[in-house]
Amino acid sequence: MTTVQTALKKKGRKNGKRWTIHLFPIPALIIYSVFVLYPILAALTYSFYSFKGFSRESFVGFDNFVTLFTTEPYGSMFTNAFKHNLLYFGLQMIVMNGLAFILAFVIYKKVRGAEFFKIAFFLPRLLSVIVVGFLWKLILNPNFGTLNMLLGKLGLEELQRAWLGDPNTALISIILVNCWFGLGFGVLIFLAGFQSIPGELIEAAKLDGAKGMTMIRKIYLPLMIPSIMIMTVLTFIQSFEAFELVYAMQGSMGEPYYSTDTLAVFFYRLAFGSSTSGSSDAIGLGSALAAVLFFFILICTMIFLKFTNKKEVEM
Amino acid sequence: MKNSSMWSKPFYYVLVFAVATISLYPIFLMFLSSFKTSAEIFKNPLGLPTHFSLDTYRTLLSKVPFDQYFINSVIVSVTSVVLVVIFCSLAAYYIARFKFSWNNAIFFIFLLGMMIPIKLGIVPLFILMRDLGLINSLWSLIFMNIATGTPLTVLILTGFFKTMPTELEEAARMDGAGNLRVLWSVLLPLMRPALGTVVIVNFIAAWNDFFFPLIFITEKAKMTIPVGMLSLFGEHSADWGSLFAGLTLASLPMMILFFVASKQFMEGLTAGAVK
Repeated sequence: MTTVQTALKKKGRKNGKRWTIHLFPIPALIIYSVFVLYPILAALTYSFYSFKGFSRESFVGFDNFVTLFTTEPYGSMFTNAFKHNLLYFGLQMIVMNGLAFILAFVIYKKVRGAEFFKIAFFLPRLLSVIVVGFLWKLILNPNFGTLNMLLGKLGLEELQRAWLGDPNTALISIILVNCWFGLGFGVLIFLAGFQSIPGELIEAAKLDGAKGMTMIRKIYLPLMIPSIMIMTVLTFIQSFEAFELVYAMQGSMGEPYYSTDTLAVFFYRLAFGSSTSGSSDAIGLGSALAAVLFFFILICTMIFLKFTNKKEVEM
Repeated sequence: MKNSSMWSKPFYYVLVFAVATISLYPIFLMFLSSFKTSAEIFKNPLGLPTHFSLDTYRTLLSKVPFDQYFINSVIVSVTSVVLVVIFCSLAAYYIARFKFSWNNAIFFIFLLGMMIPIKLGIVPLFILMRDLGLINSLWSLIFMNIATGTPLTVLILTGFFKTMPTELEEAARMDGAGNLRVLWSVLLPLMRPALGTVVIVNFIAAWNDFFFPLIFITEKAKMTIPVGMLSLFGEHSADWGSLFAGLTLASLPMMILFFVASKQFMEGLTAGAVK
């Protein structure tokens, strides 16, 4: 009886095996293709068409791109937002990744309670970006917010201000909130980098009399280049996609007076915020912006990655 | 040498304590303020609540259908995670264990997704969802979560399959087990650590997703917590007690899960980047 069953199964398997296995990757491939690959490719082609609302009209070549860069208010909105994205990237690299690198080094050097500190730094990362945005909006409120209250208690009244209402501080505030959110992630990445440095290498350097800054410059920094590049690429992509936090804290207009506008928020306004653009071909313009941003992110990422590989080979 | 470590140790501790305070205090403040009335928050924002009450939570629940948001978030997150893990296990098994000539190409196509800023495809996505009749359907969010979670999940699971010895599988095959049977009863039980990682990564992403529900969901009854928060802050922005209660409720499930499995969380969220 059992032999028959096994034999039957074996026979069935032989016939079935050949093709059923090819069904395995199909569900993932279909969903991924339909909802990731198709939309991004379609967005690229949309940039060459004119639109009426959400319906595609006619092929217009590079007209959308020309309009985007040469017609007001789009041209100046683009450069304005682009500068903000650059600041987003630069400030996050210095404040967030710089601090994360130092903190990871400190934890790597074995402070007591390393596990607690890792968890503490990481905790904000669990919140939804929308929660982060709203929480900080309340904290930064000029009248009842905790930050101004705290500054008052410390006798630093002259520092109190409408953090999000003042064009000079709004964008920087948002970027720092983003740093607060992402710090712990950077710490973990850098810590993993430090921990993967072979112990013998450090011992050998110490025996040769290296210490302090020499140790950091000659041993740690070069060996940390892979993790530094990973964080650079991730921070770059995230900075140029920045949308949620600005939207949650300052709305789709990048208040006040577009001083917190980013390319993704500008894109959202073109695609969905009909009240501001007022033009019927905003979808075409939005798609042109998406295409520009897409290739900008892609090319820069490639360059970063190429640079990383070279560095690794050199060592 | 001794001298420098004597000075650097206290500096290390001051630094990590200071940053830990900045990281934790706003979250602590959020929990604390959620038990205060608005008047109390305005008068004494830094102190402890004068008496413990859940009034802010009651007001919150009477103002917005938070329970509905919560249920929607659970449905979307759980369905997305279950499906993405099943689909990606199948795909990763195929990529890692079989040597068809196109396997590398498939793997590469999946990995490409990690570099695609999918938000930029939102216009075609919106039109697609509209044509599929999925606007204001939780399925629009589930499909997006599966699709956007696929690249990293396939990467992690493929890597894991490749580290596993093939002997057990071969033994099972000798006993006549088919591919599905091998995957389900032989491999999956051994994959617990990798599965834990991918479940956590996908769950956090699904639970906290804000962008897609912002575009695809306009009906209140279909909103998940993050978009629900948007309407709460839009309509009841004066009642700070309830706002803090809403923020706390939105974050609580993730915090609880984190304290149950903090190690897996931290490993999971960095898994894609370190590998």
